[in-house]
Amino acid sequence: MRIETPPLVRAETKTKEVIKLAHGSGGKLTRELIENFIKPKFGNRILNRLEDAAVLFLSENLLAFSTDSYVVRPIFFPGGDIGKLAVCGTINDLAVVGALPLGISCSFILEEGFPLETLNKIIDSMQKVASQTGCQVVTGDTKVVEKGAADQIFINTAGIGVIRTKSHLSIEQIQLGDQIIVTGTLGDHAAAIFVARQNLPVTSSLASDCAPLHSLLGSLWNLSGKIRFMRDPTRGGVAATLNEIVKDKEFGIELSEDSLPVKPEVRGICDLMGFDPLNLASEGKAVIVVAPDATEIVLGILQQHPLGKEACVLGRVIEQPKGLVYLKTNLGTKRIIDLPVGDPLPRIC
Amino acid sequence: MNQQEEKTKALIYCVKCLGGRLKENINFMEVCGTHTVAIYRAGIKQILCKKTRLISGPGCPVCVTPNEFVDKAVWYALQPKTVVATFGDMFKVPGSESSLAEAQAKGGQIQLVYSPLEAVGLAEKHPDLKVVFLGIGFETTAPLVAYAVLSARKSNLHNFLILSGHKTVPEALEKIAANPLLNLHGLILPGHVSCIIGRRPYDFLAQQYHIPGVISGFEPEDILESLCMLFKQINEGRCEVESQYRRAVPEAGNQKALEIIQEVFTRRDLEWRGLGVIPGSGLALREKYSNWDAEVVFPARINKPRQHRGCICGAVISGLKEPEECSLFGQTCRPEHPVGPCMVSSEGACGTHYLYQARGGFYED
Repeated sequence: MRIETPPLVRAETKTKEVIKLAHGSGGKLTRELIENFIKPKFGNRILNRLEDAAVLFLSENLLAFSTDSYVVRPIFFPGGDIGKLAVCGTINDLAVVGALPLGISCSFILEEGFPLETLNKIIDSMQKVASQTGCQVVTGDTKVVEKGAADQIFINTAGIGVIRTKSHLSIEQIQLGDQIIVTGTLGDHAAAIFVARQNLPVTSSLASDCAPLHSLLGSLWNLSGKIRFMRDPTRGGVAATLNEIVKDKEFGIELSEDSLPVKPEVRGICDLMGFDPLNLASEGKAVIVVAPDATEIVLGILQQHPLGKEACVLGRVIEQPKGLVYLKTNLGTKRIIDLPVGDPLPRIC
Repeated sequence: MNQQEEKTKALIYCVKCLGGRLKENINFMEVCGTHTVAIYRAGIKQILCKKTRLISGPGCPVCVTPNEFVDKAVWYALQPKTVVATFGDMFKVPGSESSLAEAQAKGGQIQLVYSPLEAVGLAEKHPDLKVVFLGIGFETTAPLVAYAVLSARKSNLHNFLILSGHKTVPEALEKIAANPLLNLHGLILPGHVSCIIGRRPYDFLAQQYHIPGVISGFEPEDILESLCMLFKQINEGRCEVESQYRRAVPEAGNQKALEIIQEVFTRRDLEWRGLGVIPGSGLALREKYSNWDAEVVFPARINKPRQHRGCICGAVISGLKEPEECSLFGQTCRPEHPVGPCMVSSEGACGTHYLYQARGGFYED
């Protein structure tokens, strides 16, 4: 059987070409969009059939399934764009439960008038990450809404993956004395977005840490048993992740201020705006709870990986106070780290 | 141990030693909300001996803004072709009936900004809209707002208006110093405000009211050093206004900033939540800038403001009560469902108290 080769007309879009409502009509323009933009990039045996659902072959029976929507503004920022974020986000949600993505779906909601060239760039960057991870976009959808009904582009991705760890990673596995490891610096993503959004007159090398974690975290999967739980600290930052861990539990978490890994430029933004790096989102980091005797091994493995060079111990699981996260400050005092309430507010005094 | 760590350790030791030598119980007030946050975040109260009590003062701009101001802001937000531009802290502050956040849900137009100049830009971009900027804050924000008014005048922009609730710190401190119920032994004076007004305007505190003061920076070490300086004054029987924050605070203030405030604003009597009307403590736009004064061009029509039942923010702001003495604290009033402004603001005494201290049990003696 001959495999159809995709038409070669795509990439060379004229700058004036924009998304029209008819691109979402299901008619000729929709067809063109898929043939010229989607298939040439994401194209694979499963997707190219353009059937109502992707049919996947599974050899094992423990599956992970995750979905997330992406509405970031601005859509391009130092270190990434909405497309890269959308693919990394779903890959990471699978990776933290110990699953390798088998296939992901991708749905676009596009605003009428959105430049096709920009869409092309976003698809390019999605495909780049997907191919890096060896995972394919196997199904998808495109809708177009009237100008003003959406802000440029929204993307939803969902991913399905096979669990590779021998034991189940879960908050329930966490025990007293376990160590909390973070795979790198905190808050890089949120700080980079903030700078890009506010157009702050700050010159720095600050960039989002947006990255797929499947290979970094995959290197730990055969240690399962020693790895209790993993989560990527996105919205709400590490503070939210740790508070979710201790909620209604018979243990608490103690952090140490002097061991918080924060880049100087992120610290600067926080000082300027009154933010707490513990509340800021990362998009390429994971919080890992490990058995105390495995701490050194885990750190050793993580630090050998380019995405885990700055991995370090953030804190530990303690008996008191139950259900709370607290920080031991540099002065030797203690303070509660709570769930953030809403968005961080600017300082006006 | 590096040099910084050694210095921190030495400061902690000094605070403990000097505090331990006190002969009687003493009350210090940290005037500024940013100091309140820094003190709680660093856990400085855990270092102080039992004889020393730190009281949060009125230096949180959102907290001292009375309901009347919020009511006016809400009224503006709900007018057709009008946008209220504000710093984020004001967004959730409840007024008599509604907050700006609730007004937005009802269709009111509110734009959060980080600088008054952003609001000027908004007015330039939308000539068909009136942009009302909420001028709150102390001497720190007043020069920025004054500059925004001058920019609007320069570009002949008449859809940019200021609702001025600006306040000045020394006048409020005089009211607090004169209150015998507070029994204050020392003041930690605001660093940022002092960058503008300098050290001298506080001299009356020591001279007339015999209360020592130290202008402080905002790092934990700055505050520890300021506490040491206050303890030393008390132990040596001195009473002066000193500056720990010499790296930023000029003796006579920032002349340029003071000039621009003087050019655009004039003094007036103004109401502070909890402290009542304080003579000469408010800044209103001068008559020659009345074209940019929302209260002149486009006065808000509001009902008589109401207070929240059971909320004791007023007493907390004036230092007479601790947040925990409020029956609503941590119950119906929490950061996610604030009743009073002290729980809303990131610098409010109640919010800070709740977030960093109330549930930890770190302070049980």
